[in-house]
Amino acid sequence: MSLLTLDHLTVRRDNTIPVNDVSLTVAPGECIGLIGPNGAGKTTLLRAALGLIAAEGHSSLAPLSPRARAARVAWLPQQRDIAWAVSVGHLVSLGATARGRRPDHPSVAQALARMGLAAFRDRPATALSGGEQARVLIARALAQDTPLLLVDEPIAGLDPAQQIRTMRSLRALADDTQTEGGRAVVVSLHDLGLAARHCTRLIVLQQGRLVADGPPAAVLTEARMASVFGIACHHVDTPDGPVFQPMATVEP
Amino acid sequence: MKFPLLLAALAGLVLALFLLSLLTGVAQVAPGESLRALLFGDGGPLTLVMREIRLPRALLAVMVGASLGLSGAAMQGFLRNPLAEPGVIGISAAAALGAVLALQTGLAAAFTLALPGAALAGAVLGVSLILLLAGRGGGALPLILAGVALSALASALTSLVLNLSPNPFAANEIVFWMMGSLADRSFEHVWMALPVMALGWLALSRCGPGLEALTLGEDAAASMGTNLRRLRLLLVGGVAAAVGASTAVAGSVGFVGLVVPHVLRPLVGGRPARLLPAAALGGAALVLAADIAVRLVLPGRDLKLGVLMALVGAPVFLHLIWRMRGQP
Repeated sequence: MSLLTLDHLTVRRDNTIPVNDVSLTVAPGECIGLIGPNGAGKTTLLRAALGLIAAEGHSSLAPLSPRARAARVAWLPQQRDIAWAVSVGHLVSLGATARGRRPDHPSVAQALARMGLAAFRDRPATALSGGEQARVLIARALAQDTPLLLVDEPIAGLDPAQQIRTMRSLRALADDTQTEGGRAVVVSLHDLGLAARHCTRLIVLQQGRLVADGPPAAVLTEARMASVFGIACHHVDTPDGPVFQPMATVEP
Repeated sequence: MKFPLLLAALAGLVLALFLLSLLTGVAQVAPGESLRALLFGDGGPLTLVMREIRLPRALLAVMVGASLGLSGAAMQGFLRNPLAEPGVIGISAAAALGAVLALQTGLAAAFTLALPGAALAGAVLGVSLILLLAGRGGGALPLILAGVALSALASALTSLVLNLSPNPFAANEIVFWMMGSLADRSFEHVWMALPVMALGWLALSRCGPGLEALTLGEDAAASMGTNLRRLRLLLVGGVAAAVGASTAVAGSVGFVGLVVPHVLRPLVGGRPARLLPAAALGGAALVLAADIAVRLVLPGRDLKLGVLMALVGAPVFLHLIWRMRGQP
């Protein structure tokens, strides 16, 4: 059973088509990296898939009521914007209450532990550093305890260790076989190296169109690096996985 | 402070100030005698004063204060901004315009409830215009812009009425009414405002979970099961009913909806849903206290509630901003 199906999804704005005829399915166990240059339509695609903006075509999540959707998918926008000085524990518990569960549901403690936040529980979330706030917000999404997690650029602005930890926990979530039916993660990001190492599948967007979809090694070819990203990459396969280092810009 | 304890303390404060309000007035009577006259009645003038003048006045102070505090907390939660206040969506300005028209046309003199009735009609017209202008979505930005536009329009029309008023007495009356007061109100005002306000309180009390989710922004809230369109409708309807009815019976009373949620927010751990009942009680306490003060500070001079509130509220607010400076 797929966790998300998009069928010819298209988003039109005045003179542009930020998402153009995208079809894909997301199956349990997948950790999908959504990559593409700035303005390729990554965020718009995720928001349209959720039904947060109007789109043509079909998304399996868009017709759901807000309540039903909250049980199927958790969404972590890129803006790390916490309006009030609420405690970390309370903020993360909003993930559980979104499902109509009690704020002390086990998923909350689990999410706090998974993101290494147990000690921060009673601290005001707004008093934490940017990296810590990013973890709190991921924990909030995890506490929603949904089979599907859509995450928009979760590692932007994090230090290298936090980037690796974040990608590992997202991958661990997709690998989780304990949950009935399995889980999947779709994460948009710019770091091709991290995407290649931690994702099971990569989807490339260019000017709103899906131009490649497959395992990282098949997607990140030299020709595609040049045509989509306009870069030349140094590519080495190591025992820890592939290493991609952008080296120079090239004319596409 | 534990939340139930905070609510109990605020409720105790409201009760104490309510009693104090009942015992404050031109007629200097011993407290025991006043309360006995209120509760048991002897048919004398004191019973009349207590039951027909001071009791409705104290009740209105509680109702108006609770409406303004609750609306302010809900508005700040919805707009995710501690500087928001109930007036931001223009309902109080629209209600004031209705009242001003009633005063200018002489309708207000025809029967007691003509003025609050016209103010309520202004509020209803205002809220319809807001919902029309703000569109079908659930966003905060179109709501603010529509509110600013409505506020400006209503204020301009109010100025126009004053400007063209051929009758200096009516103009004078309008200016005084707009300062906000609870003097010389009757149970007719209570019974007129209460059902409207109660509807508003009910709508706003249902906004709690949505406001909690909005802590993380509109997009996240929408993905967390919040129906933003429904939330905005509840919020605008609730604020319009509560603030419209408040303005109708008390005129414009500022700062309550701004300062009370601001002061109480740290005591509820920043949580928007918990702030709602706390700010309602806090608002009631503040308006009761201010309405007692206007009678004690300048007895016989009819110091207006709205004037005192602004005189006290503005410095308190300046102090809060002063303390906040340098914080992110």
